[in-house]
Formats: sequence, structure tokens, C-alpha cells
Amino acid sequence: MIGPHEYMVAIFKSVSHAMKAERILKERCVPFKLIPVPKHISSDCGVCIRFAADARPDVETALIGEVDIALIRPLV
Amino acid sequence: MTVYLDNAATSWPKPPGMMESMAEFNGRTGASPGRSGHRLSIEAGRTVEEARALTAELINARDSLRIAFTKNATEALNIVLLGLLKPGDHVITSDLEHNSVMRPLRLLESRGIEVSIAPCSAKGELDPEAVGPLIKKNTRLIVLAHASNVTGGILPVAEIGKLARERDVLFCVDAAQTAGAVPIDVEEMCIDFLAFSGHKSLYGPQGTGGLFVREGLEHELDFIMAGGTGSRSEEELHPDFMPDRFEAGTPNAIGIAGLGAGLRFLRDTGVSIIREKESRLIGALIEGLDEIEGVILYGPPAGAERVPVISCNVKGMGPSEVSQSLDEEFGVMTRPGLHCAPAAHRTIGTLPEGTLRLSPGYFNTMEDIWHALDALESIALTAWRRG
Ligand SMILES: Cc1ncc(COP(=O)(O)O)c(C=O)c1O
Repeated sequence: MIGPHEYMVAIFKSVSHAMKAERILKERCVPFKLIPVPKHISSDCGVCIRFAADARPDVETALIGEVDIALIRPLV
Repeated sequence: MTVYLDNAATSWPKPPGMMESMAEFNGRTGASPGRSGHRLSIEAGRTVEEARALTAELINARDSLRIAFTKNATEALNIVLLGLLKPGDHVITSDLEHNSVMRPLRLLESRGIEVSIAPCSAKGELDPEAVGPLIKKNTRLIVLAHASNVTGGILPVAEIGKLARERDVLFCVDAAQTAGAVPIDVEEMCIDFLAFSGHKSLYGPQGTGGLFVREGLEHELDFIMAGGTGSRSEEELHPDFMPDRFEAGTPNAIGIAGLGAGLRFLRDTGVSIIREKESRLIGALIEGLDEIEGVILYGPPAGAERVPVISCNVKGMGPSEVSQSLDEEFGVMTRPGLHCAPAAHRTIGTLPEGTLRLSPGYFNTMEDIWHALDALESIALTAWRRG
């Protein structure tokens, strides 16, 4: 079990973007979880991608050229 | 026996699984996509993204997010025409267009946009050479049907797309009659905007359609509707990015669930298999009609590239009367009149009465075609006897 400090989140412009990101990450077998955007990060309704900090390169590699990431940051 | 030959208006029946997919969405998912973070909203979002991805694959668009869903092809065409063209701009179209192109263009004309109409032959054929000379300094857009819903003829979009690209003019294709029925490649055909119906050859339900927008061009289109998108809710400015820019308001997710099932059917069956069967049906129909004394055929000659649509008339009887008789006495459902495309009828010389249009689909059989031909033969005989 990893603690909240070891998680990162990727935020997208819209849920359509997040849903495409989810599809691509699933296809590439990158481990992640789709979660509601935490209120302390954005007031937006919607979802974001949470992943372990050490998976960041995999996430970025998978999504580059496929879907724009608005922001990557630690979960907390 | 009843035979549905009005697939050019909307395809029917729909493939197995389409209704089930809508029922399942309604019963199990039901939520609004992209509006909340809960599991049902996420599931609804997945349904919409899957349909986007399948559409993108079908037209060779690299990015699913370049597809915005609309309620039909008409809405998609309005987004492009009303959003792009400004007073002083010039736009070129053909004289075969559906009112979903013609009416927005006539409206724009009254607002100071110049409209030129490339003439087609009386058989509804467009010579790509006729378009080049119409291009002027202020030409912003060429908008063209991929296939006519009156003649069934396929227009030379790849040649005209290339010409538009060379001359730095944007190119919009009305693929209402072709998306799913004829291969489309937005890259090879140099298409900047592609408007399509979801409810025709993509086998989705009525109330579905969409628009492909080439990368970067969304900023050239003023949106014609602004509102909630679930994204950037803190901002009161409407989003400037695809697909949200053209998807204000709760989408028709249940319809898109059905469209997704239609697109899966299309992918699993294959456009080429569908095209082959539809070509056989329309080929037999045209051949049979050609042999009936008193039937006049319109549009490109037999053997020309076409979608499964044919217009004809029976000598001595108006198309409405023929269509009514086909329906009431023989159970054959067709569409008479102008088919929302008076320009096309002017071109082929069938104003004001129009034509009888027969449009078979993938789920028709050869027996259906023979039945329709027998019925028309009998009606033509009646008309002849009446003198
Ligand atoms: C050539 C053509 N363009 C546009 C349309 C409009 O499509 P929709 O009914 O999906 O708006 C149709 C069909 O009705 C059509 O045949």
C-alpha cells in the first residue's frame, strides 16, 4: 500500500480528454485510477488520473501526442 | 410483405444490439457524461469516448477528440457554415446540395457572404475542373456533398479536397449519405470539416450525428451555441477546444450509446462488405427499373460510382401517387418529392414534382428488390392504361 504522498495526478481540460486518457492508458497497460478531481486542486467538476509517482514516465510516454495533459502534480 | 426502401432518410431496421445497447445504457448507466465524478457519470463518459474513437477510426482521424457529437448532420453543417463565414467571404458549393447546406448558405448570403454554385450535369455529375475557376481571393470555403441524396451519385471529393488544399481554401464535406457506406479518409481526401449523420449508414438512432474538425480549425469557428460543458466550470467563457466547444448542454448519451453499437456493427462487418451488398441490391434495382416500360431513371448511368439511392418517375403518374400506391397496395415504402434538395431537382430537371426515391440498405434482400420491381411494373402498367 503506498501513501497519498507517493501519488501524482494528471488533470485534463475536460472529461472527454480524461476519458480518452483512460482508454489509452488501459490499452498500454499503465496502472492508474480514475478519481474525481480533488477540490483542493481544482473547482472543476470532473475526473482525473491518479498514478504512483514512479509511473509518471509511463503515463507521460503513453499520453504524449494522444491527449494534452493540463497539469501533473502531487495528489497532496 | 412490407419492404422499407427509405434508408437514405434514416436506416431501418437497425443492427442487432443497437436497441439493447440503448436499453442497457438507460437501465444501468443513465447518468450524464462529463458532469460528475461518480461511477455512473464515468461509465457514461466511457460510452461517449468509445463512440468517438470508433468514428475517428472509420474516417481515419488520428484523434478521437476531433469528433464532436451533434443531433444530426444538419447541426454539424450549421456549426461550420454559420461559425466560419463572415461578411465579405466567398463560399463555393454545388447545385446538388441538400437544404442543410443550401439554407444556411442562403441565410449567409443575406448577411453579405458571397455564394457561388458549381454547376453539375443533368445526370448530377460534377466535373472537378469546373470548381477551380470559381475560386477567388476571398474564397474561404468549398462545401460539397460526398454523395447526392437525390441521384445517389458520388462527387469527386478527393480531387476537390486536393484543389482546395492547394489553393488555401477550407473544405467541408457533407457525408450524410456516405459515412459508413463508402470509405472516407479525411487525410487522403484533404477534408477539413466532415459532417455526418449517425442515424443513416452508421446505424445509430435518430438524434445522432457529428462533426470532424481538423486540428487548429476549431478556433476559426465561432460557436453557435454556448453553455455548460462540465469543463472549466469556474469560467464564464465558453471553451475554445474540441470537442467541448461544439457540445454545449447535456449530450444525447443514450443515443450515442446506440450509435456506439451501430459503429461496432459497422467495424465488425466492414464497410467493404456492406458496400458490396448494397451495390448488388442497387445494381439489381436499377437494372430492373431500366427494363420497365414507362419508368424514367435519373442520375449517373448504371455502373457509375454511387450510394444505394435511385431516383425515378413513372410516365403519366406523379411521384406522390406512385409512392402512395407502392405503400398502400404493395407495402413498399419509398419517398416521393424533393427530398429536401430542390437545387438537385432543378439540376436534373425534375422540378416541381420531384422524383420517387428508392434507397435500399444492408438489411434488404434480393426478394425485397424483386417485390418492389414487380410492384412498380404493375403501377407503370396502370399509368399507361390510364393514358
Ligand atoms: C446529402 C444530405 N445532407 C444532409 C442531410 C441531413 O442529415 P440529417 O437529417 O442527419 O441532419 C441529409 C439527409 O437528410 C442528406 O441526405
